[in-house]
Amino acid sequence: MKDNKDIRVVVGMSGGVDSSVAALLLKEQGYDVVGIFMKNWDDTDEFGVCTATEDFDDVVRVCNQLDIPYYSVNFEKEYWNKVFTYFLDEYKAGRTPNPDVMCNKEIKFKAFLDHALSLGADYLATGHYARVREVDGQVQMLKGVDDNKDQTYFLNQLSEEVLSKVMFPLGEIPKPKVREIAKEAGLVTATKKDSTGICFIGERNFKQFLSEYLPAQPGEMRTLDGEVKGRHDGLMYYTIGQRQGLGIGGAGDPWFVVGKNLKENVLYVEQGYSNDKLYSESLIATDVNWINPNDIEKTFTCTAKFRYRQKDSGVTVTLMDDGKVKVDFHENQRAITPGQAVVFYDGDVCLGGGTIDEIIKNNEALPYVG
Amino acid sequence: MEPIYLDHAATTPMEQEVIDAMIPIYQQTFGNPSSVHSFGRKARQLLDEARRVMAQSIHANEKEIIFTSGGTEADNLALIGTAFANRNKGNHIITTNQEHHAMLHTAEFLEESGFDVTYLPVYEDGKIRVEDLKKSLRDDTIIVSVMYVNNETGIIQPVIEIGKLLMNHQAYFHTDAVQAYGLLDINVKELGIDLLTVSSHKIYGPKGVGFLYVKDGIAIQTLHFGGEQERKRRPGTENVVSIVGFQKAVEIAMKKKEERRELYHSYKKIFLNELNENDVEFEINGDYNSQISSIVNISFPGTNVEQLLTNFDLEGIAASSGSACTAGSVDPSHVLSAMFGKDNPCTTNSIRFSFGIFNTDENVKDAAKRVAKIVNRLTKGK
Repeated sequence: MKDNKDIRVVVGMSGGVDSSVAALLLKEQGYDVVGIFMKNWDDTDEFGVCTATEDFDDVVRVCNQLDIPYYSVNFEKEYWNKVFTYFLDEYKAGRTPNPDVMCNKEIKFKAFLDHALSLGADYLATGHYARVREVDGQVQMLKGVDDNKDQTYFLNQLSEEVLSKVMFPLGEIPKPKVREIAKEAGLVTATKKDSTGICFIGERNFKQFLSEYLPAQPGEMRTLDGEVKGRHDGLMYYTIGQRQGLGIGGAGDPWFVVGKNLKENVLYVEQGYSNDKLYSESLIATDVNWINPNDIEKTFTCTAKFRYRQKDSGVTVTLMDDGKVKVDFHENQRAITPGQAVVFYDGDVCLGGGTIDEIIKNNEALPYVG
Repeated sequence: MEPIYLDHAATTPMEQEVIDAMIPIYQQTFGNPSSVHSFGRKARQLLDEARRVMAQSIHANEKEIIFTSGGTEADNLALIGTAFANRNKGNHIITTNQEHHAMLHTAEFLEESGFDVTYLPVYEDGKIRVEDLKKSLRDDTIIVSVMYVNNETGIIQPVIEIGKLLMNHQAYFHTDAVQAYGLLDINVKELGIDLLTVSSHKIYGPKGVGFLYVKDGIAIQTLHFGGEQERKRRPGTENVVSIVGFQKAVEIAMKKKEERRELYHSYKKIFLNELNENDVEFEINGDYNSQISSIVNISFPGTNVEQLLTNFDLEGIAASSGSACTAGSVDPSHVLSAMFGKDNPCTTNSIRFSFGIFNTDENVKDAAKRVAKIVNRLTKGK
């Protein structure tokens, strides 16, 4: 067995507390640690200043504290082609994309992993809250022990081969402890605010951002029975189950988005959180990835998440001939959203996941969703 | 693994003699050269002596040397200072699109300030053409600024011809000689150079000091305001210790110019030979015969700069490329873009290696071996 000092680990460093602590822990374990900052988005403002500068500056300071070399790599082109184009296409199709899933699949654990390997790295490490475990020669991905921070939802598209080259040093640690470790070590990022939202949009107004890339077409807001309730600003600004920003007044329960009609540019709304129209029985998922494909049977029961941080719920999964899967919910689910990921679990083990494509109720695809 | 430094065009280590010259000044001569007492006079003596050495090194007069904080400030002062002081003579400035950013960004600032700037193109050999300059010259051209040696490619520009051309034109001729000074013979009078930039830390002197030569009689607007130092052209108490170190570096450079030229040339040959012997696929950017001996810029097809530089550093090779953006990632080289077009792959797969006195035949050969191993691994998977 190689000594840790002979094992090179490239750490993807964002300038945040999580990846800082990931690097710290690996350094303490004696690995040959190399910090690399990824620049995926050209956010140079009109004064020629890019906000990535501040984050890179934090990477530099942390790496100097840890006495590890640091570098930067630019994946703007790859990110644009693989993630942002997908992001826009999904919105154009009236769906709600998940760019983080795509970024992990195409950039962090593909382009960036390749880059790390080209630097002679044995492993790529990130500050994700997830665990990798080897059982009988098989590499599995498990949820991070901090249930509140578990990020396997976003990592569902990784393959076993990729995971065999990945380390998640924070998987066993609860987030508050991560901050504590950072504080104790005096890392400059110890109290830095966690980033929120989609990385390339940052703190900007989402609606305004999207409108810079896609033309907004305002249209009618109707109930499924055809009653006009108002106007919408463009279908892409709304997602299934959304309550905020509809502007429908009047008495009674609040209103929710239940669907879209792309052809007629109509946004469907219904009243009441528990409105029946928001519920479904099954879904069809595409682009399905199984982390350990040999263990997957034609039909099986497991649990699933339909959005990040949701509680697991029981499902029956059936593989279809065309590579898609049908997912039957043991209990009807509310506000399943096309474009988002469905991710499967066996206890703590993440089995894989796919993209939600169709929503089914009474054995029929809901015509008003997606 | 011993790291090997092949980035002397970025900065150089100080020579021991330079350090030895500086230490006693730190210890003994702290006076302000402007003071009217013995402490001040002692410092002033040192300053005068240094100025004399600098002037001599380019065949100028002592009064024509302005000490600055380095090459960037000298470039800024040369361009902005003459532009603003000579606006009555015209509004047009000519430079090239392969200048150092200290020049290019200054030119952009002058454009924003209402000056008309022409950027001369660069050809694939890495040089500008004097005919282009001739065509661009106007009656209202007040400054022509062309670097002596490009800092990325090492290509020597047609300075002699430019000097000749401008002899009979009102335009002042400025050249950023940061990469040329210390290796090439520079006689400002013979070359017809009106303003010339030099930096100390590129010639084994300390950082934070440089000079601008301004020919006697040229009006220049100061960029700083304060005391009367440097004939009011650059106020602020002089950095005496660094200037003394700079002087020592200049003295050595003037003595060893030829020897160094040949030494670096032999390093370059060893380096390129070793790459060839290891079957590395590469191309030299720019005309090899017009290159200064200390610099070679090499394109490695099928690679990219970030991958190369990171791998090099992890294997102990210090080299560089283009300029880093503020987030640390490497922007495509503006110099190579100017030469080959911005979509040419060599703008993102080229590395500058620069040799200096802290190299040896052995460490250059060793460095080339490591480079070959990395490039072959990346391009041939072996």
